[in-house]
Order: sequence, then structure tokens, then C-alpha cells
Amino acid sequence: MTAPLFPPISMLAELTHRCPLQCPYCSNPVELMKANSELDTKTWLDLFRQAADLGVLQVHLSGGEPTLRRDLEELVDGLAMRGVYTNLITAGVLIPPGRIHALAEAGLDHVQLSIQGAHADTTELIGHYRGAYEQKLETARRVRAAGLPLTVNAPIHRHNIEQVPEFIELALALGAERLEIANVQYSGWALVNRDALMPDREAVDRQVEIVTAAQERLRGIMNIDFVTPDYFATYPKPCMGGWARDAFVVVPDGTVLPCHAAQTIRSLSFARFGEHSLGDIWANSSAFNAFRGTDWMQEPCRSCERREIDWGGCRCQAMAIAGDAAATDPACIKSPIHARMAMLIEDAQTAAREHKGDEFVYRRITHAREPV
Amino acid sequence: MMISRPERSTITTLSMPSLPDHVRIQFDPIRQAWAVLSPERVFWPNDVSLDILRHCDGQTTVAAIITALAGEYDAPEEDVAADVLDFLQEWNDKLLVKS
Repeated sequence: MTAPLFPPISMLAELTHRCPLQCPYCSNPVELMKANSELDTKTWLDLFRQAADLGVLQVHLSGGEPTLRRDLEELVDGLAMRGVYTNLITAGVLIPPGRIHALAEAGLDHVQLSIQGAHADTTELIGHYRGAYEQKLETARRVRAAGLPLTVNAPIHRHNIEQVPEFIELALALGAERLEIANVQYSGWALVNRDALMPDREAVDRQVEIVTAAQERLRGIMNIDFVTPDYFATYPKPCMGGWARDAFVVVPDGTVLPCHAAQTIRSLSFARFGEHSLGDIWANSSAFNAFRGTDWMQEPCRSCERREIDWGGCRCQAMAIAGDAAATDPACIKSPIHARMAMLIEDAQTAAREHKGDEFVYRRITHAREPV
Repeated sequence: MMISRPERSTITTLSMPSLPDHVRIQFDPIRQAWAVLSPERVFWPNDVSLDILRHCDGQTTVAAIITALAGEYDAPEEDVAADVLDFLQEWNDKLLVKS
């Protein structure tokens, strides 16, 4: 183990897997945890103190739907007392009046609100929740009224990729200072629903042109972050900025992961907070050290000049498509099985033509199986 | 329906820049360095950038910031001016500085 160990900068805290929405691309695992396995308030506060001691500067409070935790104000307060920058990642439904204001008072710094479609009907179809769109717009207004900065997160797939221009207008109208045009990443529920979600190549190309032009046109007005679609890529993303390099994830029962989908790599075992300290897990756990740095890499990553740019890409995508978590991310043009990405896109288009494209497996706490 | 929308600010010597409420400069005792915390991003500005940001109090003009920094660095104002204007325009465009 020769990779240098840096302190972590950011942490994604998945406070709960409970959520009113049922988006078919949810990044939570297919096997969702029930409320009775969630950490209690005291344990989260202890974990946050240890995170701040380790060097964590930003905590993303997510889920599921984090506002379903009644102790959210207390958790935000605990982080704010330590100077940690807090970001609430919310679906923006079922939030009672006054709650956003109370969270701002507790020290919340920023809100990221997901909107599933630029139209009400798309938002209802994807989230499988009636009235979601109107509630989300109301949440956005309350965020701005509380004086908090707003990011609109728009997860993009076949059913809303043509709405990107309207998403941009909507985010501006809501007073957002950031918009994430985030193409769905095919892990977790999105992998189950890949054929129903995959856009076609022409739509992706149009999207790139629209986003690039808007980024230029709106410079200094609204930042647009573009999460590009892996299956259409030439090079992979530096997933998590590199495995166990500066970020980690804690799931509702306190299990600490190098990325939110890491449990799809069945050969790894993960430590739980409480049984081990956060610092011990970050520095010494086998799962964090499995792909830290570059020593674990095989060819073509090992000798690639981009190995410290993209860090081999996504380990979970390598597992899902190449069947080997230490393989080059197949999104990379240098992967020996890169052509399989194009075949998977083609398979999805064929399935869509056979009218299978609108049949989602919605995210629910029931049994669903990962595709093999 | 067309809505009125904010326009991109151009930083001039008359601008009075400040940091938005949700952007903060904070010393990190673990890394022994000053960090700028902003929505979903952490920046590690160098010493010169920090000195510029520390003058951004919303009441001082860019012209006065340039004069002050030229004094602190014992450098010609015209050299300092170009660097300060470029830096503030860049940070304005990232929405990390407002004016």
C-alpha cells in the first residue's frame, strides 16, 4: 500500500432510504433498508464530529428523503457548530411550511432540489407521485425565501432529454444559481431500468450542443454542471474523484462505503461506524484500500497517462459490465470491451421499439433483483 | 412569458465586490490552509488570491483594493490592476464573488 493517504474533504450521508418518490434510476441499492435499521441522532452526531476531526469540510445530507428524519435540524446544527458546510439533497415533497426556514436557522448552507421533468406530467411519471411538480416548485420558492442558495438537479434520460432547454429556463425562473444536467448513471435501480431509460445517440448529441451553448450564454448568471452520459463517452469519469481519495458515503445503518454503489462489488466487505471509528475505516479498511491510488490497476490503466486524471473510472461499472471490479471502466475507449457500451445502447433502442421502453421497475422496498 | 433575469456583472474599478453569504473563507486546521467553501465545491486559493478576497467587503472599490494591494506588495498599480480585475471577473463568473 504505497498510495498517499489524504484527509477526506466531503461525505455523503444517506440518512434514510425512506422516500415518497419511486424514481426508477434511484442511486440507492436495490435492497433498501427499513427505518428500524437507521442510526439514531446521537450516533449521527458522533459520526459527524469524527468526520470534522478527520478533515471533512462538506457534508451532503441525502437519502432517500432526508427531510423524513425529524432530527434533521439537530443534525444540521451539529455540523454547523463545527464549521462544516451543509448541503441538503431533497426531493422537495411533503416538507411542511416553516421547515426549510428552520433548517436555515439551524445553519444549513445550501439546498439541492431534484426535479424529474420540466413538465408536471413527466415529474409525476418518473417519481410516481401525484402533485410532485407543484410541491417541488413551492419548495424552491421557500428555499429562496429563506435566503438559501439553490441548485436544481435534473436527472436526464430518454423520457426528458428533450426537455433540457426547458429545465434551463425553469432553473433560471426559480432563482437557482446552479443547475445540474445529470445524465443517469447506470447502477442500482437505473441498471435494472437501463433499457427503459437509455437515450439515443442523436438526442445525446443535441443535448451536448444545448448545454455547451447555455453554459457560455449564462456565464456569471447560473452555473450549469453537466454530468455526461458514460455509455456515450470516450473517457471515463474520475468516479468519486478517485476511490477513497477525498470522499466517502455513509448509508442509513452506518456502513461506510467508498462510493454509493460499492456494495455491488460482492468481493468487498464494509465496516460499520460504531464497530470501528471513522478514521480507522478511512485509513485501514480493506474496502477503502482495495482501489485506492494506482497500485491496483491492470493494463491498460496501469501505464496510461490518464491514470491520475480519471483513476480508472468507475469500479462499479467495471464490475457490472466487465465482471471485474479491477478492470478498466468500459466507458474508456482503451477498454478492450468498450464496444460493449455501444451494443448496450443498441439493445436499449431495440427494446424501446418493442414498446418495452415505458415499463419501469419503480423503486420500492420490495424484492427486486439486479440484472446479471 | 418572458421573465426578467439577472445579468452577468462586469467587474470595473468602480465595483464594490463582496462574497455572497453562502461563500465563506475558513481556516482548515487539518490541512493548515485557507479554504473557500461554496455550494458543493471547495477551493484552495493561493496567498495572492486570499489577499484579494479579504478586501472584498462590499464597501471597498476595486480601485481602492488595487491601491492597497500595490502598497502591501510594493508593486506598480498597473501590474496589480490587471491581475485583480482578471481574478475578480473570473470569481464573479463562478458566482463566488458578487458586486
